[in-house]
This record gives sequence, C-alpha cells and structure tokens, in this order.
Amino acid sequence: MSDTAMSAPADLAPARAPLDQDWRKVVNYGLVLGLALVFISLTGMPDGLNSRVIVEPWLSMGYLSLMWLPFAIGFAVTHEQVLEGMVQHKRGARELFAGAVVGLIGGLCLSLLVYLLDTRDLSDPLVNWNQPLLDFLTRDGSVGEGVLLWVGVSTALGLFGGLMRIVPALGSRLVRAVILTVVGAAAMEALIDDLSEGVWKLEGVVEWLYHPREGLEPAGAIALAIAAAFVVLWLGRQLKKGGAVYNLAREAQPLAVNAVSVVAVAAAAILLPIFLGRLTNDLLVNVGLFVLLALGLNIVVGLAGILDLGYVAFYAVGGYSVAILTSPTSPGISPTLPFWLAIFIVVGMATLAGLFIGAPVIRMRGDYLAIVTLGFGEIIRLTVRSDWASGLTGGAQGMLSIPGPDLNIGGWTLPLVGWTMPKLEVDLMGTNPQHILYVVMFFVAIAIYVSWRLENSRIGRAWMAVREDESVAEAMGINTVTAKLQAFVVGAILASFAGAVFAAKVGSIFESSFKILVSIVILVIVIVGGMGRIAGVVAGAFVLVGILGGPNQPGLMAEFSEYKLLIYGALLVWMMLKRPEGLIPNVRRSRELHQEEFLQDAWLRGEVDRDEAGSEATTDEGWAPA
Amino acid sequence: MTAAIRQRVRPRTAVDRFLTFLRFALTALVVFGLFAFLVQQFVGPDNPLTRFLNEDANRLDWDAFRGLLVSGLSQGSMYGLIALGYSMVYGVLGFINFAHGEVFMVGAMTGLITSNKLFEAGVWDDAFPVAILIAVLVSTICATLTAVLMERIAYRPLRGAPRLIPLITSIGVSFFIQNTSALLLGPGAKRYPLLPQWLRDDRGPTWLRIGGQKILVIVVAAAAMAALWYLVERTKTGKAMRAVAEDKEIASLMGIDVDRTIVTTFAIGGAMAGIAGILWGILFGSVTEFTGFLPGIKAFSAAVVGGIGNLGGAMAGGLTLGGSESLAPQLILEPLGVTGHTQLKDAVAFLVLIYVLLVRPTGLFGERLSAEDRA
Repeated sequence: MSDTAMSAPADLAPARAPLDQDWRKVVNYGLVLGLALVFISLTGMPDGLNSRVIVEPWLSMGYLSLMWLPFAIGFAVTHEQVLEGMVQHKRGARELFAGAVVGLIGGLCLSLLVYLLDTRDLSDPLVNWNQPLLDFLTRDGSVGEGVLLWVGVSTALGLFGGLMRIVPALGSRLVRAVILTVVGAAAMEALIDDLSEGVWKLEGVVEWLYHPREGLEPAGAIALAIAAAFVVLWLGRQLKKGGAVYNLAREAQPLAVNAVSVVAVAAAAILLPIFLGRLTNDLLVNVGLFVLLALGLNIVVGLAGILDLGYVAFYAVGGYSVAILTSPTSPGISPTLPFWLAIFIVVGMATLAGLFIGAPVIRMRGDYLAIVTLGFGEIIRLTVRSDWASGLTGGAQGMLSIPGPDLNIGGWTLPLVGWTMPKLEVDLMGTNPQHILYVVMFFVAIAIYVSWRLENSRIGRAWMAVREDESVAEAMGINTVTAKLQAFVVGAILASFAGAVFAAKVGSIFESSFKILVSIVILVIVIVGGMGRIAGVVAGAFVLVGILGGPNQPGLMAEFSEYKLLIYGALLVWMMLKRPEGLIPNVRRSRELHQEEFLQDAWLRGEVDRDEAGSEATTDEGWAPA
Repeated sequence: MTAAIRQRVRPRTAVDRFLTFLRFALTALVVFGLFAFLVQQFVGPDNPLTRFLNEDANRLDWDAFRGLLVSGLSQGSMYGLIALGYSMVYGVLGFINFAHGEVFMVGAMTGLITSNKLFEAGVWDDAFPVAILIAVLVSTICATLTAVLMERIAYRPLRGAPRLIPLITSIGVSFFIQNTSALLLGPGAKRYPLLPQWLRDDRGPTWLRIGGQKILVIVVAAAAMAALWYLVERTKTGKAMRAVAEDKEIASLMGIDVDRTIVTTFAIGGAMAGIAGILWGILFGSVTEFTGFLPGIKAFSAAVVGGIGNLGGAMAGGLTLGGSESLAPQLILEPLGVTGHTQLKDAVAFLVLIYVLLVRPTGLFGERLSAEDRA
C-alpha cells in the first residue's frame, strides 16, 4: 500500500540525511539479522545445502540460504508505513545507509560465530558446531578471510536491499525477475533436463546452460539473466496489456470456460506424462496427491472455516480401504476387487468416516474441534497399527502387493448396439508412475471441478456464510450443522481418493504414512497457497511439495528434505503474521481478514462515515484492491 | 411450555440422535468393561463370561495395579503441570497455544544438557540435590524464555485476530521449535544420566512400595502447584491475571498493564512446563524432539477435562487423564478381549477427551472463561 502512496507527494519533501535514522530500529533489525544468520548456520542448513550448486563455481544453495537474509532485512528495515496525512520523505542515501548498517551488524554477528567456531568447542549440545561449518563459512580459508568475507558480503547485500527502495518499480521488478529466473532454473535443473531430452536442439541449449555436474554455467546464468531482463523490459508492457484484457474478459464472464482451453489442457495432460522421465512423473504424482488433499482440506478449512487437524484420517481411510479391497494378501477380508470398483466402496467408506468423525465435533467450538479432530486422526492411526486391528489392517507390518489401477478400460460391450470398446494390447497395470500420473490427474480434475462448482453453488455460499459468522448464517436460515457436515464429507471423499491413489502408487501401505505431520503439511499448503482459492491451493502444492517435498516425499531439491519441516513451520508463522490470506488470495476471504484496515483506510480518506464503518460493509470503493 | 419452545428453537436432528447414541455407547462400553473386570477379579478368570470375552484373561494382582496407578498418577501430575499453561493462556487470551507442549520439550532438553554437563563435572553423583536444583533452575529459565519469546514474536501481533488465526500460528511455532531442536541438537533420543541409587530405591510400607523417582515427581508437582496457587490467588500479580482473564478492557481501565500481565501468564505457564520437562527426564530418562508433542496435546486434553481456565481443574484433569490412560487399557480393554491393549494407551487418552466433551463440554470442574469467550 505504501508503494502507491509514496509516489505522489515524494517531490514535496526533501530527502533525509543519511544519519537521520531511527537507531534503535536499525540496531534491532541488525541483531535480528545476526541471530538469524547464526541460527541458520547452526542448523547445518548451509553446509547441507552446499551440494546444490546454482552457478557452478561461484554460488551454491548453501551460501544462498545465508545471503538472502541481509538483502531481505536490509529491504525490510527501510520500510516505512505511510498512513494518510503523514509526510512522505523522499528516499535516498538514508535508506542505503540503514540497509548497509543492518547488513554490517549481521555480518559482525556471523563473524563472531566464525571466531568462536575456531576457538571454542561447543559440539556437545550443538551437533553442527564442527569443522565443515567453519570451512564453509571461511570458504576453506583462515578465520580472518571468513570475517572479511561475511562483513563485506552482508554489508553489500544490506546496501543492495536498501537500494531496492530507491530504484523505481521497474528496477526492483527487474532484480526480482533475474533472481527468480536464475535460482528457479538451477532448482529445476532435473526437471528441465528431463523435459528437454530428445527434443530437437533444445537438448543442446540445455547442455550449454548447465554445468556437466550440477548447477548453471556462469555464461548460462548470465544469458538467463539477460533473457529475464529482456522479458521484463520489452515484453512487460505487452504482458501487462494482455493481462488487462484477460482480466476484463474474466470479469465479463466469470464462469465461462471455453471448450478450446479445456481440450487444450486435456491434450497437454494426456501427452505430458509420455515425454517425462520416471523421476519427474513420480514427482508429479506426489504433487498431484497433495493437490488433491489440499483441495479437499480447502473445502473444509477454506470454504467452511472448520479447522480439521485430523484430515489425514480420511487419507488413511481411503488408502486402507483400497488396500483391503484390492490386495490379494490383505489379512482379513480379501475380495481382490479391481481398483475402479473399489473406488466406489472407498467413497462410501469416506462418507461414513466423514459423518462419524464430523457429527460429534460439529457443535464444538472451533479450537476444540481442531484438537478433537487431531485426536480422531491419531485414534485411527493407532487403532490401525495395533495388534487388535491387525487381523484387518496388517498392524505395524502393513499390507503389501496392492495392485495398481487397470488403465485399460476397454473390453466391455454396449448392450444394445453391440459395439465393443477396443482393448489395447499393452499392459497398463501396476504401479508405473506414468500410469499413476494419469489416475492422479483424473482425480485432480474431478476435485477441481467439484470445488469450482461447489464454491459458486448454494452449498458453497452457505459454507462461506458459516465461515464468516455462524450465528448470522443460522439466522439467515442456513442449517449450519448440515452445511458443516457436507463440507466434512466432501473433504473426506477427496482425501480418500488421494489415499486410494497413494496406496496404488506405492503398492503397499503402512500406518507411518498417516501421521499428524501429513495433516499439518496439507494445512501449510492450503494456508500458504491461499485459503479458499483453488488456484492458490494448487500453486501452493506445486511450490511446496514440488520443490521442497512432502512429509515423506522428496521434492525437486532433495537436499531440503532435512530442513523442509523447519521451513514449513517458519512459513506458517510468517504467513499468519504477514499475509494470512495466502499468496494467491481469495478476494472475499482477504476482505474478511483485513476488514478493519480497509474500513480504517476508507474512513481516513473520508469515503465512509465512521459509524457506518463500524457497523456495516460499505460500497466497493471502501475496499482497497486485494 | 418451555420444553415446547426449546423444541422449536433446535429440533432434534439425526446428528443429535447420533450424539446421544454415542454417549450411551461409550458409557456402556466403560460400564461393561469395568463390570467384566470386576467379574474377572472377584469371580476368578475361569468363569464363562470372562472366558468368552478374553480367552487368556488373568487376574490383575495388587502389585501390578499399584504400579499402573502410581505411574499413571506421576505421569498425570506432569500432564497437570503442562495443562496449567494451556489453561492459563486459554483463560487470558482465549486460544489454544498449541506450541505449549514444545515449551515442555525445551525444558526437558535444556534439563538434559545441564544434567549431562553436571554429570561430566561429577556434581550429579556427588551432590545430587544441588545438581537437580541447578538443572531445574536452568530448564525453568529456558522454558520461560521460550514461552515469553513465543508470545512476543508470534502471538502479540495477532491480538484481536479471529480465534483460529493464533491457533494456526501456534501450530507453526510448534513445528518450528520441534525441528529447531532436531537440527541444532541432533535428532533422536538422548539419555539423561542415571539417577543415584538411593533415589531409585523403592520406598514406603510393604503394601505400597513406590519407586523413589515417582515420589519425587509427585512431590515436586504438588509443590509447584501449591506455589502457583499462592501466586494466582494471594498476590497482586495473580489478581491482575485473574482480572485480565475476566475482561481485558476493564482490567486496563483499572490500571493493569494488560500486555505485561499476558507476558507474565506465558512466563508462569512456561516455568510450570519447564519443571514438568525435567520431571519427564527423571521419570523416563530420555528425551527426543517429539517429546513435547503428544504430552502437549494430552495436557490440553487434561485442561479441557478439568474445565479450561480452572487451575485446580487442570491439575485434577491431568491426574484423571494420566490415571485413566494408564489404567483403562488393563481395566476396560483387556477384560473385553482387546489384544495388545497397551498399544492403545494414547488412543484412550484422546477418547477420554472426546467422551468428556460429549458428556460434559465444560469439563469435570467447570470452565472459567472471560465473558467474550463464553460463547
């Protein structure tokens, strides 16, 4: 908000002198930066991520895991909240100076760590207090070199962060684009490699970009940076225009999905898995499973506002139902049904489970509900694991040899016409990730369709009303109990689909795949992506599970597997504090969350009467753009 | 007349009927399980009913029962100590501090580091009371600091946000602390040094011989509880806390620094969790980064069982929960023929929570919440 406000009165006020600082703030931020740098170093993250190279000899993910911080905090320290009626100073040397000082303090803290690493031995409680960390921080040089390096780098990056406040918007967009492109290209090396394989000439380009071992070649990185800058500079304006046209079109006909785009997406979905290698397909299956789970939880948490922490229970119900019904070796009942028949029974089981877990908790307070559903999730897992239920579920030994779904759906005959669907002569059974990817995409398509249709239906509106204010919703004639139960059941069915596909994908099932951790990771995906917004949730699953990895699954950057849960925790806190509506927010949801601020801004601008602002939502001008 | 009105306000739905059924079913299960247990105990395990339910049922002897009861109570007193933190924070801020269990884990972890250092220095064996005092002090201070920092960084900016927002934040905090411990101190179980022999000896009259460390745990928990009671009921700080719990706005009009009182609440809850942490170390001898998670949730359950916001209730709820999760598998599940009943200990704890919320949602001893949370 401040960025828009700053442009107009900027030339009225002179720039402040570099030394005119809020020193306490600067020192505080510097110390926070220093603590964060030391903390990250001691978690072992830099050393562990060092093997992921971004630009071959120069930069690795390990160094980047420290270097982004001075930049970010140098940027943050120069942030000024500009409220209505406040004088906006012109930005200049003061911002640069503040950023540099913050970076310097942070660098000094890290240097202190380098010195202590060299002189003291604290490796008893702190496992990462060791020689590799010292070597990493000094780049195999002496302590003095390490100190100089970090003080210099951190100060420069802090300065750079401050610089971002001064340069016009285009400049910061350029920097963002270049950094994202280079880091993204390095992160997605495996994926790009896999995609380009066998494609005419592209393979050569990719080989030129990347170093034979790992990471980008310096020349490749520069080429990518130039390309990114070009896109921003020359195409930016065109893209903006295109975006505006797109938005206009969307506003005119919000629900119109034209047949062409559907066919195009479907065709891409059918062709894509063929061109992908085994690893990429596997990765996409994992992402797809979490998209499915997140879409389901999105209905429960995002639309109906029920914080279900035991969502993994339904995932387990789906997985175990499929395992029992299809595996020839399941210990108790073993009907060895085909997957597609079992799915119908799974839907029934999930509905029952949704009703059974939903009914007792539905009248509880929101936070009690969270803990009780978490309890249900654990009860189901513990029961499945126990000897008592092992006659049915295999207990801690789990169940093996679950056949995959048969994709060859031919072979049946239309009764009256006598036409037989041709049966393909290829083996489409089993747990090949390529085939499972089709199954996942099928269910994800169902989930997206269902979420999209429900969101704009009577039920969906009832859910949102319940989320916003339960008593008001009830007064408006909504049966809140039914509405919440419906959300529970729909969410349960989507999760059970994910469970079914998961069981078929892995070919075996163990209770350890259904820990509370899974529920929480799904929650992180929904919240980071954007509660209540389908695109946000899908993007969240792609970014988090695809790049960092799911609770038990590695992502594109397998190096993160040790640290991803820490990152998820930090991300959850940060999102709740700074952007509770998520990265790609649902407009209505973010209005709910920022209602007070919007109304206050509107009142300050004189657009709303104060009394009115307190009581009732106002005209659309009252809301700032989301 | 009134019945008719109530009927119109909320008609009995299928959900209500299901809940009634669930209440009766769970009660019947408990009653029948206890009945089967009594039959097994007093008629002897060879009667037809017991044999029908569980082919290899055995009579539970007094020693085994006493062992279960004492370990249940000592664990329960720890749950009670942790539950105090949940209860106080819920009373004052109206949200579940999901990360409170991690404060307990931090207490246990720092206690472990301190006692290992003391063990290396030889203080642990030579002067155990001094060593344990230092360890308690260090872990209490660290746990308190964790709780206060948590409040400052994660919860204070969210004052006044919808109730679920701080809850989700606290889940993130819990995750963060758990993994911080795993990354900084290394994953996996870490062992406390062995307690001196004189402490581990069984004590008490012959019919009631109890392991010394269990006595220590119960005594320390009782002492901490008494100190807390004095603090909350008899001092000015306690008065301020109760006032803030009742109504923040009016409390601040009366000249109470609400922010400071909230920090104090977190600090006291953290201190209790820190003491509980070191007691855990004494009782079980090992700590992992996940130590805080389940006991934390169980302690919250204990707070709800006792009536949230009610400090005496939190302690009583802790003892109830600890006792029932320790005894119920033997007393109810085994006579009913559930094999491997000890594996279901944690499930029993959650079932107790669900049962209490179904039958008496305000907890056994009634909740004490501020006017705005009493919805």
